[in-house]
Amino acid sequence: MNTRNIVVFIGGVLFGFGLAYSGMTKQEIVLSFLRLEDLGLIFVMGGAAAITFLAINVIPKIMAGPILGGVFKPRISVLTRNTLIGAIIFGIGWGISGQCPGSAIASLGTGNYPVLVGLLFMFIGAYLRGRFIKG
Amino acid sequence: MFPLGIEPYLIGGVIVGIGVSFIYILTGLHATQSSFYSTTLSYFSKLKHFQDERNLKERVWRLYLAAGVITGALLYSVLISPIGFWVTQVDLWRLALGGLLVGIGTRLSNGCTSGHGISGLASLSTTSLYAVLTFMGTAIITAHILELVGVV
Repeated sequence: MNTRNIVVFIGGVLFGFGLAYSGMTKQEIVLSFLRLEDLGLIFVMGGAAAITFLAINVIPKIMAGPILGGVFKPRISVLTRNTLIGAIIFGIGWGISGQCPGSAIASLGTGNYPVLVGLLFMFIGAYLRGRFIKG
Repeated sequence: MFPLGIEPYLIGGVIVGIGVSFIYILTGLHATQSSFYSTTLSYFSKLKHFQDERNLKERVWRLYLAAGVITGALLYSVLISPIGFWVTQVDLWRLALGGLLVGIGTRLSNGCTSGHGISGLASLSTTSLYAVLTFMGTAIITAHILELVGVV
Protein backbone atom coordinates (compact mmCIF):
# COMPACT_ATOMS: atom_id res chain seq x y z
CA MET A 1 0.00 0.00 0.00
CA ASN A 2 1.73 3.17 -1.14
CA THR A 3 1.26 6.66 0.25
CA ARG A 4 -0.63 7.85 -2.79
CA ASN A 5 -3.32 5.19 -2.36
CA ILE A 6 -3.69 6.06 1.33
CA VAL A 7 -4.16 9.72 0.38
CA VAL A 8 -6.77 8.73 -2.20
CA PHE A 9 -8.54 6.59 0.40
CA ILE A 10 -8.63 9.44 2.96
CA GLY A 11 -9.91 11.88 0.32
CA GLY A 12 -12.50 9.27 -0.60
CA VAL A 13 -13.61 9.07 3.05
CA LEU A 14 -14.26 12.83 2.99
CA PHE A 15 -16.02 12.49 -0.37
CA GLY A 16 -18.34 9.75 0.89
CA PHE A 17 -18.92 11.46 4.24
CA GLY A 18 -19.89 14.68 2.44
CA LEU A 19 -22.24 12.87 0.05
CA ALA A 20 -23.98 11.15 2.96
CA TYR A 21 -24.08 14.33 5.05
CA SER A 22 -25.73 16.23 2.21
CA GLY A 23 -28.37 13.53 1.66
CA MET A 24 -27.11 12.52 -1.80
CA THR A 25 -27.24 8.87 -0.74
CA LYS A 26 -31.02 9.25 -0.47
CA GLN A 27 -32.40 8.86 -3.99
CA GLU A 28 -35.64 10.50 -2.84
CA ILE A 29 -33.78 13.75 -2.08
CA VAL A 30 -32.06 13.73 -5.48
CA LEU A 31 -35.40 13.08 -7.20
CA SER A 32 -37.03 15.93 -5.27
CA PHE A 33 -34.30 18.18 -6.66
CA LEU A 34 -34.99 16.97 -10.18
CA ARG A 35 -38.70 17.68 -9.69
CA LEU A 36 -37.54 21.15 -8.55
CA GLU A 37 -39.12 20.76 -5.12
CA ASP A 38 -35.86 21.09 -3.14
CA LEU A 39 -33.01 22.86 -4.89
CA GLY A 40 -30.40 22.00 -2.26
CA LEU A 41 -28.40 19.77 -4.60
CA ILE A 42 -27.14 22.89 -6.37
CA PHE A 43 -25.28 23.78 -3.18
CA VAL A 44 -23.69 20.34 -2.96
CA MET A 45 -22.29 20.48 -6.48
CA GLY A 46 -21.59 24.21 -6.24
CA GLY A 47 -19.92 23.98 -2.83
CA ALA A 48 -17.74 21.08 -3.93
CA ALA A 49 -16.87 22.75 -7.25
CA ALA A 50 -16.01 26.06 -5.53
CA ILE A 51 -13.54 24.44 -3.13
CA THR A 52 -12.07 22.34 -5.94
CA PHE A 53 -11.80 25.47 -8.10
CA LEU A 54 -9.39 26.90 -5.53
CA ALA A 55 -7.35 23.69 -5.46
CA ILE A 56 -7.07 23.53 -9.24
CA ASN A 57 -6.61 27.22 -10.05
CA VAL A 58 -4.99 28.86 -7.02
CA ILE A 59 -2.78 26.19 -5.43
CA PRO A 60 -0.65 25.67 -8.59
CA LYS A 61 0.28 29.37 -8.41
CA ILE A 62 1.92 28.85 -5.02
CA MET A 63 3.14 25.25 -5.36
CA ALA A 64 5.34 23.84 -8.12
CA GLY A 65 3.60 20.47 -8.18
CA PRO A 66 1.62 17.95 -6.13
CA ILE A 67 3.30 17.11 -2.82
CA LEU A 68 3.74 13.43 -3.68
CA GLY A 69 4.92 14.08 -7.24
CA GLY A 70 3.08 14.24 -10.56
CA VAL A 71 1.78 17.36 -12.23
CA PHE A 72 -1.08 19.79 -11.75
CA LYS A 73 -3.29 19.54 -14.80
CA PRO A 74 -6.89 20.85 -14.96
CA ARG A 75 -9.58 18.41 -16.07
CA ILE A 76 -10.11 19.69 -19.60
CA SER A 77 -11.65 17.47 -22.28
CA VAL A 78 -12.70 17.86 -25.89
CA LEU A 79 -16.39 18.29 -26.62
CA THR A 80 -17.64 15.55 -28.92
CA ARG A 81 -21.00 14.17 -29.96
CA ASN A 82 -20.49 11.38 -27.43
CA THR A 83 -20.09 13.92 -24.61
CA LEU A 84 -23.59 15.21 -25.24
CA ILE A 85 -25.31 11.97 -26.25
CA GLY A 86 -23.81 10.35 -23.16
CA ALA A 87 -24.99 13.26 -21.00
CA ILE A 88 -28.53 12.83 -22.35
CA ILE A 89 -28.53 9.08 -21.61
CA PHE A 90 -27.06 9.74 -18.15
CA GLY A 91 -29.69 12.41 -17.50
CA ILE A 92 -32.55 10.05 -18.33
CA GLY A 93 -31.10 7.40 -16.00
CA TRP A 94 -30.50 9.96 -13.25
CA GLY A 95 -34.07 11.25 -13.60
CA ILE A 96 -35.52 7.73 -13.45
CA SER A 97 -33.55 6.54 -10.45
CA GLY A 98 -31.99 9.45 -8.54
CA GLN A 99 -28.68 7.59 -8.65
CA CYS A 100 -25.36 8.81 -9.98
CA PRO A 101 -22.05 6.91 -10.00
CA GLY A 102 -20.55 8.42 -6.83
CA SER A 103 -23.72 8.53 -4.75
CA ALA A 104 -24.45 4.89 -5.65
CA ILE A 105 -21.09 3.84 -4.21
CA ALA A 106 -21.64 5.98 -1.10
CA SER A 107 -25.14 4.52 -0.68
CA LEU A 108 -23.56 1.16 0.16
CA GLY A 109 -22.00 2.78 3.23
CA THR A 110 -25.31 4.14 4.46
CA GLY A 111 -26.90 0.69 4.42
CA ASN A 112 -28.99 1.58 1.39
CA TYR A 113 -28.78 -1.95 0.02
CA PRO A 114 -31.33 -1.76 -2.87
CA VAL A 115 -28.82 0.51 -4.62
CA LEU A 116 -26.63 -2.60 -5.05
CA VAL A 117 -29.00 -3.36 -7.92
CA GLY A 118 -28.38 0.07 -9.42
CA LEU A 119 -24.64 -0.37 -8.98
CA LEU A 120 -24.71 -3.76 -10.73
CA PHE A 121 -26.62 -2.23 -13.64
CA MET A 122 -24.14 0.67 -13.82
CA PHE A 123 -21.41 -1.92 -14.36
CA ILE A 124 -23.54 -3.60 -17.02
CA GLY A 125 -24.12 -0.22 -18.69
CA ALA A 126 -20.41 0.63 -18.59
CA TYR A 127 -19.70 -2.79 -20.11
CA LEU A 128 -22.28 -2.33 -22.90
CA ARG A 129 -20.77 1.03 -23.73
CA GLY A 130 -17.31 -0.55 -24.08
CA ARG A 131 -18.62 -3.60 -25.93
CA PHE A 132 -20.94 -2.01 -28.48
CA ILE A 133 -20.16 1.69 -28.90
CA LYS A 134 -17.06 2.84 -30.77
CA GLY A 135 -14.94 5.81 -29.77
CA MET B 1 -37.46 25.84 -2.56
CA PHE B 2 -35.36 24.69 0.38
CA PRO B 3 -37.65 22.67 2.68
CA LEU B 4 -34.65 21.14 4.48
CA GLY B 5 -32.61 24.37 4.56
CA ILE B 6 -29.37 24.83 2.69
CA GLU B 7 -26.88 24.04 5.48
CA PRO B 8 -26.67 20.24 5.10
CA TYR B 9 -26.25 20.63 1.35
CA LEU B 10 -23.63 23.33 1.51
CA ILE B 11 -21.65 21.73 4.35
CA GLY B 12 -21.75 18.31 2.67
CA GLY B 13 -20.68 19.82 -0.65
CA VAL B 14 -17.77 21.66 0.97
CA ILE B 15 -16.62 18.41 2.63
CA VAL B 16 -16.76 16.66 -0.76
CA GLY B 17 -14.73 19.52 -2.23
CA ILE B 18 -12.14 19.26 0.56
CA GLY B 19 -11.77 15.54 -0.19
CA VAL B 20 -11.32 16.14 -3.93
CA SER B 21 -8.89 19.03 -3.26
CA PHE B 22 -6.89 17.03 -0.72
CA ILE B 23 -6.30 14.31 -3.31
CA TYR B 24 -5.49 16.85 -6.04
CA ILE B 25 -3.00 18.87 -4.00
CA LEU B 26 -1.13 15.79 -2.82
CA THR B 27 -1.23 13.66 -5.97
CA GLY B 28 -2.47 15.72 -8.92
CA LEU B 29 -5.22 13.11 -9.47
CA HIS B 30 -8.80 14.14 -10.19
CA ALA B 31 -10.98 12.17 -7.78
CA THR B 32 -13.89 11.57 -10.11
CA GLN B 33 -16.33 8.70 -9.85
CA SER B 34 -17.68 7.20 -13.07
CA SER B 35 -14.29 6.04 -14.43
CA PHE B 36 -14.22 3.55 -11.55
CA TYR B 37 -16.75 1.40 -13.41
CA SER B 38 -14.58 1.12 -16.53
CA THR B 39 -11.27 0.69 -14.71
CA THR B 40 -12.75 -2.03 -12.48
CA LEU B 41 -14.16 -3.84 -15.53
CA SER B 42 -10.57 -4.13 -16.79
CA TYR B 43 -10.12 -6.86 -14.15
CA PHE B 44 -12.88 -8.92 -15.77
CA SER B 45 -13.03 -8.06 -19.48
CA LYS B 46 -10.37 -8.60 -22.10
CA LEU B 47 -11.98 -6.00 -24.39
CA LYS B 48 -9.49 -3.44 -25.67
CA HIS B 49 -11.78 -0.65 -24.50
CA PHE B 50 -11.18 -1.71 -20.89
CA GLN B 51 -7.57 -2.86 -21.29
CA ASP B 52 -6.54 0.61 -22.38
CA GLU B 53 -3.33 1.88 -20.81
CA ARG B 54 -4.94 4.64 -18.79
CA ASN B 55 -7.53 2.28 -17.31
CA LEU B 56 -4.83 -0.13 -16.20
CA LYS B 57 -2.80 2.72 -14.68
CA GLU B 58 -5.77 4.06 -12.72
CA ARG B 59 -7.60 0.95 -11.65
CA VAL B 60 -5.87 0.40 -8.32
CA TRP B 61 -6.20 3.90 -6.90
CA ARG B 62 -9.81 4.04 -8.09
CA LEU B 63 -10.55 0.99 -5.93
CA TYR B 64 -9.04 2.85 -2.96
CA LEU B 65 -11.20 5.85 -3.80
CA ALA B 66 -14.38 3.73 -3.88
CA ALA B 67 -13.41 2.01 -0.62
CA GLY B 68 -12.90 5.44 0.94
CA VAL B 69 -16.27 6.71 -0.30
CA ILE B 70 -18.07 3.69 1.22
CA THR B 71 -16.13 4.08 4.49
CA GLY B 72 -16.92 7.81 4.72
CA ALA B 73 -20.63 7.22 4.17
CA LEU B 74 -20.53 4.42 6.76
CA LEU B 75 -18.83 6.72 9.30
CA TYR B 76 -21.54 9.31 8.73
CA SER B 77 -24.30 6.76 9.25
CA VAL B 78 -22.78 5.26 12.39
CA LEU B 79 -21.43 8.40 14.08
CA ILE B 80 -23.52 11.39 12.98
CA SER B 81 -26.77 10.47 11.31
CA PRO B 82 -29.75 10.92 13.66
CA ILE B 83 -31.54 8.06 11.88
CA GLY B 84 -28.63 5.66 11.36
CA PHE B 85 -28.83 3.48 8.28
CA TRP B 86 -31.39 4.36 5.67
CA VAL B 87 -33.01 2.44 2.81
CA THR B 88 -34.58 3.91 -0.33
CA GLN B 89 -38.20 3.25 -1.27
CA VAL B 90 -37.59 3.88 -4.97
CA ASP B 91 -38.81 0.90 -7.04
CA LEU B 92 -36.20 -1.69 -7.97
CA TRP B 93 -37.02 -1.43 -11.68
CA ARG B 94 -36.17 2.25 -11.52
CA LEU B 95 -32.86 1.59 -9.78
CA ALA B 96 -32.04 -1.08 -12.39
CA LEU B 97 -33.12 0.77 -15.54
CA GLY B 98 -31.77 4.08 -14.26
CA GLY B 99 -28.49 2.42 -13.28
CA LEU B 100 -28.12 0.88 -16.72
CA LEU B 101 -28.58 4.25 -18.45
CA VAL B 102 -26.29 5.99 -15.93
CA GLY B 103 -23.60 3.39 -16.70
CA ILE B 104 -23.87 3.76 -20.46
CA GLY B 105 -24.29 7.53 -20.42
CA THR B 106 -21.54 8.55 -18.00
CA ARG B 107 -18.99 6.32 -19.73
CA LEU B 108 -19.99 7.65 -23.13
CA SER B 109 -19.85 11.24 -21.89
CA ASN B 110 -16.59 10.62 -20.00
CA GLY B 111 -17.89 12.09 -16.80
CA CYS B 112 -20.73 12.34 -14.33
CA THR B 113 -21.95 14.65 -11.58
CA SER B 114 -18.44 14.54 -10.12
CA GLY B 115 -16.24 14.32 -13.24
CA HIS B 116 -18.07 17.03 -15.17
CA GLY B 117 -20.03 18.60 -12.30
CA ILE B 118 -17.24 19.08 -9.76
CA SER B 119 -13.77 18.57 -11.29
CA GLY B 120 -14.73 19.71 -14.80
CA LEU B 121 -16.54 22.86 -13.73
CA ALA B 122 -13.75 23.62 -11.22
CA SER B 123 -11.32 23.35 -14.15
CA LEU B 124 -13.47 25.86 -16.08
CA SER B 125 -13.95 23.26 -18.83
CA THR B 126 -16.59 24.39 -21.31
CA THR B 127 -17.03 20.75 -22.37
CA SER B 128 -18.03 19.92 -18.80
CA LEU B 129 -20.32 22.95 -18.61
CA TYR B 130 -22.21 21.74 -21.69
CA ALA B 131 -22.32 18.20 -20.29
CA VAL B 132 -23.69 19.39 -16.92
CA LEU B 133 -26.36 21.57 -18.53
CA THR B 134 -27.34 18.64 -20.77
CA PHE B 135 -27.61 15.93 -18.12
CA MET B 136 -29.25 18.22 -15.61
CA GLY B 137 -31.81 19.46 -18.13
CA THR B 138 -32.54 15.93 -19.32
CA ALA B 139 -32.85 14.59 -15.77
CA ILE B 140 -35.22 17.40 -14.75
CA ILE B 141 -37.41 16.75 -17.80
CA THR B 142 -37.35 12.98 -17.13
CA ALA B 143 -38.33 13.38 -13.47
CA HIS B 144 -41.20 15.67 -14.44
CA ILE B 145 -42.47 13.25 -17.09
CA LEU B 146 -42.41 10.42 -14.53
CA GLU B 147 -44.34 12.59 -12.08
CA LEU B 148 -46.86 13.44 -14.79
CA VAL B 149 -47.54 9.76 -15.52
CA GLY B 150 -47.82 9.00 -11.82
CA VAL B 151 -44.42 7.42 -11.11
CA VAL B 152 -43.14 9.21 -8.02
